[in-house]
Amino acid sequence: MPDRSAFWNFLLGRLSLDSLPLHNTIVVYTFFVVAAIGLCLLGFITKKRYWGYLWKEWFTTVDHKKLGIMYMILGTVMLVRGFSDAIMMRAQQAVAFGSNMGYLPPHHFDQIFTAHGSIMIFFVAMAYIVGLMNYVMPQQIGARDVAFPFLNNLSFWFTFGGVVLFMISLFVGDFSTAGWLGYPPVSELQQSPGPGVDYYIWGLQLSGVGTLLTGINFVATIIKMRAPGMTMMKMPVFSWTTLCTSGLIIATFPILTATLFLLTLDRYLGTHFFTAGFGGNVMMYINLIWVWGHPEVYILILPIFGVYSEIVPTFSGKPLFGYASMVYATIAIMILSYLVWLHHFFTMGSGPSVNSFFSLTTMIISIPTGVKIFNWLFTMYRGRVRFTVPMLWTMGFLFTFTIGGMTGVMLSVAPADFLLHNSLFLVAHFHNVIIGGVVFGVFAAVNYWFPKAFGFKLDEFWGKMTFWLWQIGFWVAFGPLYVLGLMGVTRRLSHFTDPSLQPWFIVAAFGALLIGLGIVTFIVQIYVSIRRRDAYAVGGDPWDARTLEWSSTSPPPAYNFAFIPRVHERDAWTDMKARGARQPMEGFHAIHMPKNTAAGVVIGALACIFGFAMVWYIWWLAVVSFVGVVGAAIVHTFNYHRDYHIPADEVSRVERAGGWEPETEGAAA
Amino acid sequence: MSVKYLRGLLLLAVAVLLGGCHMVLLHPSGYVAQRQSDIMITTTIIIAIIIVPVLITIALVAWRYRASNKRARYDAKWDHSPQVELLVWAAPLLIIIAVGAVSWIGTHQLDPYRPLTHFDKDKPLPANVKPLEVDVVSLDWKWLFFYPQYGIATVNELAAPVDRPIDFKLTSDTMMDSFFVPALAGQVYTMPGMQTELHGVINKPGDYKGFSANYSGAGFTDMRFVFHGLSQQGFKQWVAKVRAQGGSLDRQTYNRLKQPSRAEPVHYYAHFADGLYTRILHRCVDPGKACMRRSANVQSVARSNPVAARRAAID
Repeated sequence: MPDRSAFWNFLLGRLSLDSLPLHNTIVVYTFFVVAAIGLCLLGFITKKRYWGYLWKEWFTTVDHKKLGIMYMILGTVMLVRGFSDAIMMRAQQAVAFGSNMGYLPPHHFDQIFTAHGSIMIFFVAMAYIVGLMNYVMPQQIGARDVAFPFLNNLSFWFTFGGVVLFMISLFVGDFSTAGWLGYPPVSELQQSPGPGVDYYIWGLQLSGVGTLLTGINFVATIIKMRAPGMTMMKMPVFSWTTLCTSGLIIATFPILTATLFLLTLDRYLGTHFFTAGFGGNVMMYINLIWVWGHPEVYILILPIFGVYSEIVPTFSGKPLFGYASMVYATIAIMILSYLVWLHHFFTMGSGPSVNSFFSLTTMIISIPTGVKIFNWLFTMYRGRVRFTVPMLWTMGFLFTFTIGGMTGVMLSVAPADFLLHNSLFLVAHFHNVIIGGVVFGVFAAVNYWFPKAFGFKLDEFWGKMTFWLWQIGFWVAFGPLYVLGLMGVTRRLSHFTDPSLQPWFIVAAFGALLIGLGIVTFIVQIYVSIRRRDAYAVGGDPWDARTLEWSSTSPPPAYNFAFIPRVHERDAWTDMKARGARQPMEGFHAIHMPKNTAAGVVIGALACIFGFAMVWYIWWLAVVSFVGVVGAAIVHTFNYHRDYHIPADEVSRVERAGGWEPETEGAAA
Repeated sequence: MSVKYLRGLLLLAVAVLLGGCHMVLLHPSGYVAQRQSDIMITTTIIIAIIIVPVLITIALVAWRYRASNKRARYDAKWDHSPQVELLVWAAPLLIIIAVGAVSWIGTHQLDPYRPLTHFDKDKPLPANVKPLEVDVVSLDWKWLFFYPQYGIATVNELAAPVDRPIDFKLTSDTMMDSFFVPALAGQVYTMPGMQTELHGVINKPGDYKGFSANYSGAGFTDMRFVFHGLSQQGFKQWVAKVRAQGGSLDRQTYNRLKQPSRAEPVHYYAHFADGLYTRILHRCVDPGKACMRRSANVQSVARSNPVAARRAAID
């Protein structure tokens, strides 16, 4: 506690000028760069008078499509942040040999790998997949929005609140050094008295609430709002995977919340859940966090399996091979993902019976996963495969992910894991499946659904450039890590003594640079495509796709469908095209829609302030903001003006402006 | 410059790089690590039986059925085949049964709590050989090793004679670390208030790297030690050296030693206070502090593992 009067301590808690990392030149420079970019952005928005537009059309929106796009932008911004952490780590490990201690002291290095892991999982991968599910799923099942549109907006602002706390930690105080899962004892008060772990806890608690609400929302939407005729076994596979992922979210995110809450009690009230002695036990935290953590990786990958299951049939001109197998494989993975968590710590000293049980369950998961790979393969078989950018990413995924699966099975063999655990081989493996699976899938999905969202295609040249930079960059960056792992090098080390390792780290750093270029070319791809949007403009169905979201205009109207379609076959849109369906041009009715609301922004902002107050022990502000959160939620329940009708005339005008002709547009692709 | 020449150059570069590094996990010097490594390689080969053909088939199918190849058969309706689906479930299942069997047997045989029956491949342990006992404590951020049979202790240096099994008992003062000598045997966590065990044997003399494989805070990077694999004679001399050069490790010395420090130099101790390791384990080094005797944690580990249960009968 700084030396000052009781009044100031009451007002500011433990926050003081000393909390600003002014002694750390890297952070100071980062602050100036971030501040400069931020000011430019704010100035631009103000100059162009976009504030009103952003507030009315985006911040307060309850439209699942706009929220989906906002999640994707959030994911991309955080990808840049997470990658900056990655390149700093690679640079440190490439130079810190022998007498050279590198440019990062351990305390800073430890913060960076912690931030990299938590940001990439929670705010990049999660933001991306929630964004995709938000944008695509309701359209795919023929719904006009999700079941609880306001909740959807609230989820976004909770997630955003978590992001804000993480970003503030860069410049006010410091961040956790306890690794992305915050293992005690490092994360306990005795070892980490600073605000870092508290930033981590409250950031994750906020975004965790957001994710949980999203899961509930999506399950309700899929169960209750499918178009007539769309039985469960006629639902597109992406929606199936969204359902399974949402089920996983509902079942596991409360565990994360509870585990972090117990850690919070340890840190704030001096309980002993995870301390040594007084009955506490670190093993309990590690078990609990992985009971959430392992399903979490399937939460990330399942929707991406869904993405590939949409892309492969579309670009092979054939229905998905083995639809029922695919659905059952997804359900099998969802259930099995609860039964494998202990494989993250075979080396904790459980007996052989426990270890071999979890070793076997882990291997069994690879069976349904293998089935999926085979099904995509047989979908291409006897097809007409068009190697567009989404399909290139899918091919890259099939090769990269399969090899990642192979190293995964190696790690699942408990005796081998006693050697490979915590090694760079493990680091290479999980990047192999998360980059090769999730990230490649996100890029495939962005290239695939972008024309749907904005009415024009993304540039092919820059798209292919991005693909090759990531594909080659991945192997150059992580191939050496596999080798280093086999050389007995473990993770999270900030300095090395053995000079024979250095060439490998230098190659890995070069690979990270290639990936960085891949991020730049991706942003260039978006920029170039926006500049040439008139040349790249497309109709409703540019890929000759098969599912319902392609039956509307691109971009779709706010209400998605003027008439809720009736579904007869699995690939509903292909079926409609085969039957020569025509867009109705008359007989429109007024459409009942949810109204925008500021409640989500307000509650999210108050929750973020609450998190900040808790981090810095500003108790009065914590109480005020918490009461504010609850109060704002209650006030919102008394808002009875939540909906409106789009008049039939308006619907008629929109529909006539964007009419479609399925046969001709399909051929254009 | 032809493509062939370029490819040759590339392969040469890879060979030079790989030749320059020692993949300790593939060529360890201890019997246990060797068996773990063999299991790793066996598994890889079994999985490769399915992965390699699948990767090749993906490439061939994608190329054959490219849209521009109008000679390839196009069947826009073909999306189901009971035979193929049986195959796609059965093939991975068979592979997993094979890998699962390897893992099941290996997990039981190489359980770190299980005393060794062999000291090298096809060399059963003679009845008169007594394993070397080493009690390991991870401190912030260094390693403390007790040799109860010799009454000595060391910091950041470990030694053992070749071909003599080593029984490690491990605990930690505050943090959770992972005791790992890649050339010797797999790693095991060290946790405060709890004891884990590890059995290993080193078969070739040499100096090996040892370290903590589990991140434990600011000084973690420098938490390294050297493990000397010595001849019988060499080990005797080493013990004599520790006895000659070392001081005494009493409770006060221990309390000073356990204060956080980075890159701690090697220390030798010719004596240590009676039962110091057990007191560290039960968190009662300070006089007057009640010991967590037979805590719930030790019991639960013991219950899940009968071999451990026998050996967990500490004090």
